[in-house]
Amino acid sequence: MPEPANPVPANSVVVENLVKRFGDFVAVDRLNLTVTKGEVFGFLGPNGAGKSTTIRMLCGLLKPTSGRAQVAGFDVGRKPEAVRQHIGYMSQKFSLYNDLKVIENLRLFAGLYSVPSAKLKDRIEWALEMANLKGQENLITGTLPGGWKQRLALGCAVLHQPPILFLDEPTSGVDPISRRQFWDLIHKMAEEGVTVFVTTHYMEEAEYCNRLALIFRGKMVALGTPSELKRDSMKGELLLVECEPLGTAVEALQSASEVMDAAVFGSALHLVVQDAVAAEPRIQAYLKAHGVTVHRIEKIRPTLEDVFVSITTTSDAAEGRKP
Amino acid sequence: MSLTRLLAIARKEILHILRDSRSLGIVVIMPVTLMLLFGYGVNLDLKGLPVYVFDRDGSQQSQDLLKRFQSNEYFHIAQVVDSYPELTRALDDGHAKMGIVIPWDFSQRLNRGDIVGVQALVDSTDDNTANVLIGYAQAVVQGYSSQVQLDWLQAHGQTIQPAPVSVQTRTWYNEDLESSSFIIPGVLALVMSVIGAFLTSLTIAREWERGSMEQLISTPVTAMEIMLGKLAPYFVLGMFDVAVCAVIAISWFHVPFRGSYITLAVSSALFMIVVLSLGFLISVLAKNQFAASQIALLITFLPAFLLSGFLFSIEQMPIVLQWITRILPARYYVSVLKKIFLKGTPTSMLYADLIPLTVFAFILAIAATRSFHKRLE
Repeated sequence: MPEPANPVPANSVVVENLVKRFGDFVAVDRLNLTVTKGEVFGFLGPNGAGKSTTIRMLCGLLKPTSGRAQVAGFDVGRKPEAVRQHIGYMSQKFSLYNDLKVIENLRLFAGLYSVPSAKLKDRIEWALEMANLKGQENLITGTLPGGWKQRLALGCAVLHQPPILFLDEPTSGVDPISRRQFWDLIHKMAEEGVTVFVTTHYMEEAEYCNRLALIFRGKMVALGTPSELKRDSMKGELLLVECEPLGTAVEALQSASEVMDAAVFGSALHLVVQDAVAAEPRIQAYLKAHGVTVHRIEKIRPTLEDVFVSITTTSDAAEGRKP
Repeated sequence: MSLTRLLAIARKEILHILRDSRSLGIVVIMPVTLMLLFGYGVNLDLKGLPVYVFDRDGSQQSQDLLKRFQSNEYFHIAQVVDSYPELTRALDDGHAKMGIVIPWDFSQRLNRGDIVGVQALVDSTDDNTANVLIGYAQAVVQGYSSQVQLDWLQAHGQTIQPAPVSVQTRTWYNEDLESSSFIIPGVLALVMSVIGAFLTSLTIAREWERGSMEQLISTPVTAMEIMLGKLAPYFVLGMFDVAVCAVIAISWFHVPFRGSYITLAVSSALFMIVVLSLGFLISVLAKNQFAASQIALLITFLPAFLLSGFLFSIEQMPIVLQWITRILPARYYVSVLKKIFLKGTPTSMLYADLIPLTVFAFILAIAATRSFHKRLE
């Protein structure tokens, strides 16, 4: 087993025109992206957008239909085994062995990654420390709470100190505090130079990434840092409207020519308009005329969710689909 | 091939088995249960079959005939009845397998030197049993008939001529004609089918079903290491069970063992490779525990049970079925087992069975290796 400290090219992941088709269904459609060393790269999109398919191709688990992808400098279609030497992977479903003890799972993966016996003890200690599972070595994995299991799975995936880490929805089904702790771990690893490629459908998690690709129906619809996306990817500006009754307001606003999009966020509405400041008084008057009481209306900065909704509706409109 | 990775997989598999009471139960209890079940439960010997008798004559002669039935180990005179309907009822409700009716003029006619018929009503639901019963009944009556003839000749002052031709039988291999000795060696094939194909198809399909296979194949472990690592513990368990079964057969059921233990071990290892490879192949194709285990039983256990010559002799099967048995590895293994247990056939005369078994083991092992790819599709 080569030392994981193998010279990894500056670009950890290079994807060119990557396509994956299952029969007639195009799961991943001409994907292009580059992930540099030490980056936390987020892959954001709804379920079924093609995130897992992409990550599986990058790990050499699925053969690309066409296009190319290089991970750690190795072609995933032609040299999947070389790729596997250099990556850690956490699949979407928790897939350690529930009937094994914590320590037994760690030993199993240390064995699979051929961690040399001289380093074995240290690496397992390190993983236990990192996953905050010291003293829990002899617990049966199945009895651990969700957040612990995820940290153990991460520990198993990095025992061999891979330069690139693929995490497929690592925090799904985990409580918010555990999720936060998990992201702290991811950042710590990135600081040490590990490239992290992570998929999620949690918008707030996407904010923790250095860079994001927005995936929708197999296509990448936006790419950039979270702030770039919020600044550049919105078509127009955002107005927050707190009003009553919400249903009447949404219905009325569908026919307001100025409003490009209206979406319910909690108890309020987010409206996409060309010029928020100019539109504010006109919207207020329009809603009043339709019997809606407006409590608050103001220009806000878009969240990633706004960006996502905006981009996906645009993309739907371009394809002539109903959202 | 890395020994570290292979051992990592094997160690994990052993832990699975140790922690799963069900598979542990199958490994430990199943061989013993099957041995006892087939040793005691399945008995092809027809002994002490219940016979009802309606003796309308009640003479010395009729009693002599009935005594012959009574003293024959195949019959057991369960009851003597006084009417025809009682007899038919006993046959109807299954209390009797055969009813014997002796006519009222039995002794009179014998004394006159006439021919007399004895009626035997046979429950022929099971044709095999019925045939055997008829045969035995005829033999008993024949014996009695000869005796009557001899007595008559003697009474009339004739010299007694012993029967000129007789069959001198020597039963070889299974001297006591115990069907358990014939059946028990074959149980080993059943046990191995369950351990090999059924258990392994479950354990591999489980990995696909639970998604742990995806995690496994994302590591540098090779397909061959996964296969060997997962199958090795089952190979050891299967061989252990063979030993357990052999010990039970020999020391408990007193089945003779006349061949070589090495041949037993080698042929068992070959058959183990066959069933393990089949179990592995099935689970790779089915990727679902339920389907995999059902298919495994269907293509290994059932043929081993019905078509291997374990219970039913292959020579008696329709010709088409006989051809089919040629492609069943179990047939060759069962054949080896019966020969080395009962006959003590030297290994050099077992090649007709050992060579096909080796070929099957080889082909299936290669097919299993080829079937498994480290891809999700």
